[in-house]
Amino acid sequence: MTGLLPGFADPVVDAQSTFRAVLEAMARPGRVHRLSAPPAAPAPLSPAAGAVLLALADGETPLWLNAGADATEWARFHAGCPVVADAGEAEFVLAIGAPPALSALQVGTDEDPHRSATLILQVQALEEGAGWRLTGPGIEREHRLRVAGAPEGFLAQWAANRALSPRGVDIILCAGDRVAALPRGTMIEEG
Amino acid sequence: MSGYNFAYLDEGTKRMIRRALLKAVAVPGFQVPFGSREMPLPYGWGTGGIQVTAAVIGPDDTLKVIDQGADDTTNAVSIRRFFARVAPGLRTTESTAEATVIQTRHRIPETPLREGQVMVYQVPQPEPLFRLEPRRAETRRLHALADYGLMQVKLYEDIARHGRVASSYDHPVMVGERYLMSPSPIPSFDNPKMHMSPALQLFGAGRERRLYAVPPYTAVRSLDFEDHPFVPLRANGRCTLCGSGESYLDEVVTDDRGGRMFVCSDTDYCGTRQAAMKEAAE
Amino acid sequence: MYVAVKGGETAIANAHAWLDEARRGDPSVPELTTDQVAGQLTLAVDRAMSEGSLYDPGLGALAVKQARGDGIEAAFLLRAYRTTLPRFAASLPVDTGAMAVRRRVSATYKDLPGGQVLGPTFDYTHRLLDFALAAEGYAPARSEEAEPGEDAAFPRVTGLLAGEGLMAPEVASDEEPADVTRTPTTYPATRALRLQRLARGDEGFLLGMAYSTQRGYGNSHPFVGELRQGSVAVSIVPEELGFPIEIGEIEVTECEMVNQFKGSRSEPPQFTRGYGLTFGRLERRAMSMALVDRALRAEELGEDATAPAQNEEFVLNHSDNIEATGFLEHLKLPHYVDFQSELESVRAMRAQVEAERAAAPQAFKEAAE
Repeated sequence: MTGLLPGFADPVVDAQSTFRAVLEAMARPGRVHRLSAPPAAPAPLSPAAGAVLLALADGETPLWLNAGADATEWARFHAGCPVVADAGEAEFVLAIGAPPALSALQVGTDEDPHRSATLILQVQALEEGAGWRLTGPGIEREHRLRVAGAPEGFLAQWAANRALSPRGVDIILCAGDRVAALPRGTMIEEG
Repeated sequence: MSGYNFAYLDEGTKRMIRRALLKAVAVPGFQVPFGSREMPLPYGWGTGGIQVTAAVIGPDDTLKVIDQGADDTTNAVSIRRFFARVAPGLRTTESTAEATVIQTRHRIPETPLREGQVMVYQVPQPEPLFRLEPRRAETRRLHALADYGLMQVKLYEDIARHGRVASSYDHPVMVGERYLMSPSPIPSFDNPKMHMSPALQLFGAGRERRLYAVPPYTAVRSLDFEDHPFVPLRANGRCTLCGSGESYLDEVVTDDRGGRMFVCSDTDYCGTRQAAMKEAAE
Repeated sequence: MYVAVKGGETAIANAHAWLDEARRGDPSVPELTTDQVAGQLTLAVDRAMSEGSLYDPGLGALAVKQARGDGIEAAFLLRAYRTTLPRFAASLPVDTGAMAVRRRVSATYKDLPGGQVLGPTFDYTHRLLDFALAAEGYAPARSEEAEPGEDAAFPRVTGLLAGEGLMAPEVASDEEPADVTRTPTTYPATRALRLQRLARGDEGFLLGMAYSTQRGYGNSHPFVGELRQGSVAVSIVPEELGFPIEIGEIEVTECEMVNQFKGSRSEPPQFTRGYGLTFGRLERRAMSMALVDRALRAEELGEDATAPAQNEEFVLNHSDNIEATGFLEHLKLPHYVDFQSELESVRAMRAQVEAERAAAPQAFKEAAE
């Protein structure tokens, strides 16, 4: 062990402010929020993805991730979540680069649409005001969101996910210290 | 109050509620079951709202608590005092405009809400169909199928019998044209304020262990019929204190000979108007 | 000029100060100690602990004292305290077969191994007010009944029946049961969840439901196979040790009701079990729970489930007195906004009826005639 990086500096306050940013992001899809005090997560994990993980995951939430051994150990230690090998069993899926297919994740059932996976997707950059055109609940007219480094074929996968609504996967996008979110009901058109 | 975590709940419970809230926002109007905890206040007195507020607020927030529209009703005072005790650093306010989080029972403030504000509703009965179908295993199925025929029939029977829809509060709404939802027992006068609101609206039912949400700018339609459109009701009068002819009014009985007067139910709205009138007069 | 009523913090503080004073009562009378409550109002404490889901006679006594003797309020205090406690471990299942028995009766056999042990019971007392108890310096009678020795063996009645193949076996499971205090119940519930909810259910509600099954609402032919009371050891397996250690003893009452079962296509005629287990010495509670448990097994056993006590969602959702009393008592909170909207609605409906009458007086008259 090369010395485990610390988690939140103030676990109570930092978890709250991170959650609040994610809640606002989920409520206003495409709006980008800067986290105020994200932890220094082990590479290649971004501070934002690390913060979201620590704020939301714990021993009750099976996690799948592809962020390498250091990040896995860090997540296990600080969040205490069980790490699973099959992304289809995970409540949180933390992906860097190519994520598992959305269709391979839990999407919930008609009676329990909330029992679906949340994908924490790390990308290169998030920018408001240009790029994709987002419409749906939480958006007055349209929000523009530019996502640098979105996985290939993402929009087609997203359209299929959206068609399952009210079932479906929700996504929290992370880049650097920024977060944005795509709840399952958001419609995305190419910019 | 020492010995308790910030905002009373332990961090594990907050995370559980936070995860449920995110799913609630992602599926507008759907009732998410959650592991509601026993609170030091009785069920039915706002335990759901308190748990939601406790999971959401931080030391940078400004909290307003109202009951029946008023900041000074006993239960509002009690809940505000609870948070002042268990959430050091948290500011409390009676001003709707200043608040970042507003916990409410039975009203939506008159002052229009804005982006960045979170409304937290205390919900006694989250299931809009409960009077028509008390078995929750069955209502869960009906929501899955979006089968709301029962409610349509009930409203239709109201009209046939009374010439109008008889529900004057807790009038059911469709959220995003998908889920039938209880707006909590707000007067139907307040229902239109939910539609396309800039604020995020969260609902907590502690005893029934359900959370739900309406994201900002989301369609919230009060159920009605084309030939019997939804009409929000208010007393036909003006507030005796501030003169408002638009706000929702409480009727105050002044004697036992039929004497009565009307005052705003929203004490902050009424007080702000009175202050402005006084300033204008000086 | 009208001035709006202020609920206000002062009013609340004054009310609570008054409550404090009223709780203490006449200051010339010595104050009750929690030791006195724990030692002399034991059944009140047992009930508060059962419905509060927290075994601690000292805290139970404090709760009963603080609640002025109100059982539900006392249970509520314990529950609210309980939620704030950290969870160190889950105990192993207690072995009631190894109970240090103080009382044990069976209605199904005149005598049986271990014998009938009456123990301290209200049974067969004549319910005559004992005025001697009201006098000071009362000396209790001395018990002649010997406590059963530590080694006394009390094989279970249901075990004796099972030996003959007459008792339907319970399905053993090592599955971790869900915790009703952490997860919302969905229906149909598992038996483990049902028993958890019944164990903390309101005693009056359980009694009423149980009684209804005896009066024909639900087909039930129960016998008290066995009722046993005494203390059992509680053990946990600490992660770092890997073997069980005893952390203490609790007093419990267990009831196994034996019910006849006519059999089904797949099962031969035999007896089935209704199970009740409660903290302390609450026999009525354990018996009620056992009857309701058996009634709720109707569907599992292929019986018609038509009676209220057989309706799982109805029974479990309405058994919790903390939930019930909170919601009932919330009706005391101001509802004047809703009431105002009802007033407006009723007035509008009346105005419409009157307008219709005025427009067509003849039609109304004819209809009336």
